Amino acid sequence: MSGLLDVRDLNVTYTSGAGDVPAVRGVDLSLEPGDTLGVAGESGSGKSTVALALLRLLPAGTRVTGRILLEGEDVLTMKWGRLRAVRWVGASVVFQGAMHSLNPVRRIGDQIAEPLLVHGTVPAKRVEERVAELLEQVGLPASRAQDHPHRLSGGQRQRVMIAMALACEPRLIIADEATTALDVMIQAQILALLERLVEENGIGMLMISHDLSVLSATCKRVAVMYAGRIVEEGPAHQVVHDPAHPYASALSAAFPKIGDPASRLAPRGLPGDPPDPADPPSGCAFRPRCAMVETVCATVDPPLWPVRPDAVGHSERRAACVHVGSGRDGIEGASTPGETSTEETSR
Amino acid sequence: MSAPTGSVPGPRPEPPTGPEPTAGRSPRSLARRRRREALLRFAREYARNRAGMFGLVSLLVIGALALTAPLFIDQTHLTVTGAPGDPFQPPGGDHPLGTDNFGRSVLDLIIWGARVSLTVGLLATFVSVSLGTLAGITAGHFGSSGGTGGRVVASIIMRVTDWFLVLPTLVLAVALAAVLPRGTGTIILAIGLTVWPATARLVRAQTLAVEARPYVERARALGGGHAHVMGWHVLPNVMPVVLAQTTLLVATSIIAESTLAFLGMGDPTTISWGALLQAARTSGAISAGIWWYIVPPGLAIAVVALSFTLCGRAVEAVINPRLRRRS
Repeated sequence: MSGLLDVRDLNVTYTSGAGDVPAVRGVDLSLEPGDTLGVAGESGSGKSTVALALLRLLPAGTRVTGRILLEGEDVLTMKWGRLRAVRWVGASVVFQGAMHSLNPVRRIGDQIAEPLLVHGTVPAKRVEERVAELLEQVGLPASRAQDHPHRLSGGQRQRVMIAMALACEPRLIIADEATTALDVMIQAQILALLERLVEENGIGMLMISHDLSVLSATCKRVAVMYAGRIVEEGPAHQVVHDPAHPYASALSAAFPKIGDPASRLAPRGLPGDPPDPADPPSGCAFRPRCAMVETVCATVDPPLWPVRPDAVGHSERRAACVHVGSGRDGIEGASTPGETSTEETSR
Repeated sequence: MSAPTGSVPGPRPEPPTGPEPTAGRSPRSLARRRRREALLRFAREYARNRAGMFGLVSLLVIGALALTAPLFIDQTHLTVTGAPGDPFQPPGGDHPLGTDNFGRSVLDLIIWGARVSLTVGLLATFVSVSLGTLAGITAGHFGSSGGTGGRVVASIIMRVTDWFLVLPTLVLAVALAAVLPRGTGTIILAIGLTVWPATARLVRAQTLAVEARPYVERARALGGGHAHVMGWHVLPNVMPVVLAQTTLLVATSIIAESTLAFLGMGDPTTISWGALLQAARTSGAISAGIWWYIVPPGLAIAVVALSFTLCGRAVEAVINPRLRRRS
């Protein structure tokens, strides 16, 4: 139950002059050590907000409720000093856009050493050694430590970011669009590297991307987010190739499959735009764009239901749609909008 | 765009991005060589700027003269009683720039005055730039990422800055110099305390720009505190702006020092260019047409101020690629 990371009923609301904007609405996640979980969704679905909330990196004035247990400790109630200690040691982040996440006036080596010095994990004498070790680990020569970021290519910088994320030997790595700005070859290399490091060190990884194919290649489990909620969750292969939620299937269909000429000839996009988070539609948030919409969708915001459960009602997959498995039977018993029944969400 | 779903062949063990062709040399010597080259490049770029070279050369000459003045100027000749010549001797002969109302050589006085003027100018600049940088970085940092309390602190700092900014600099400096005990230190403090707001505004703006960069968010994510972010990430990134501002402020400070001395707020016993101008006025040199007592100190102030400004502009032009002319 409480493994490496256990997020329960996470709600994040940005406060702005124009009113409150709920960006994340009741998200549950859990991750065991050595496990990889992918979070997919289009822009504005709240996936990066979830990542930032995990280390309380959201801008001041943002309302965060729920529970984020990192190795049994609630991040949301931590004292400032403890929080700073947990950052990077408990969980580190590989940021999107390595181009800008490195300080242009500092040497690579100094920047990798930054978390080591901030946390004092390694005695000052051994820092240089450790930096060389980290660089080797991500496949860069140790002499690169002397260079400034502008002398490195995009892929190399992303490697530096990963080396930095590994510096304090964290138990959890949050990769927020870590490969998005890279070309496909480099992307594959970085993904392979991340996979290898996760396997070797037994750390958990939360990978955030809009690219389902990237997630299915690297992660064991995938969660698909839409308008601040998880709409489908389950083993990566099943979610990508046999999606249960209409949004997940639209997302999956948007990627062409090699060897399947039909998908090339009839590319399927998804018409419409994601809902305005400040003013979501009633009932299911996906309703306005859904091809399978019914009248009931306007009143029910379905919680996550098991997909095709076995005899005892157990399933590895869950989806939030009235069309899914036990959903139809559950409608009567369940769900005023936003409510998530506890026996469904716990595993 | 993306790799195909399902079976990604993924080129697994990626070969390390090979060592640079400069193998065999230690990274340290490489770094040293690179730094030397960068310095040479800077010097070459600077040398191409003729105005900058003029400023630099004249500053070097004046600086050398001021530093070595005790070697060739007899200090007793600078006292009223030990004056070597007659009062108001016109230029020529022993005294290339003539003498003042006591018979002291104006040239000697000018060279000696450079010592005080330059010292005050540089130290006052140091005081005001440090103050301005500190205020600017603090206000910028806490204003952008400090939460409610931080934003209150930041706006207090900026309101104080605004208050200093709207006060006429000269009036404030005169008031300060009048209240504090007389002396060179007071002048330095008075100028330093009145010139800093412009620097603070400039540095704050630059800090806000740096704070918005992702590497600052990254620094916070890895557990860095306020001091770490300000000292490690923001300061090095605002330094170029601060340096350019420094060279420009020296000119302002020297002029301010001369003004204060001319208005009689300085230490009457020290010889500075402003004090010389004041002495010339009070001794009636203006009405008597003794131009050699009036013009040289004024020119000296103008030349030094101009030189610093030219140097500042030249450095700015080299550092800021947008101002650099493509060759």
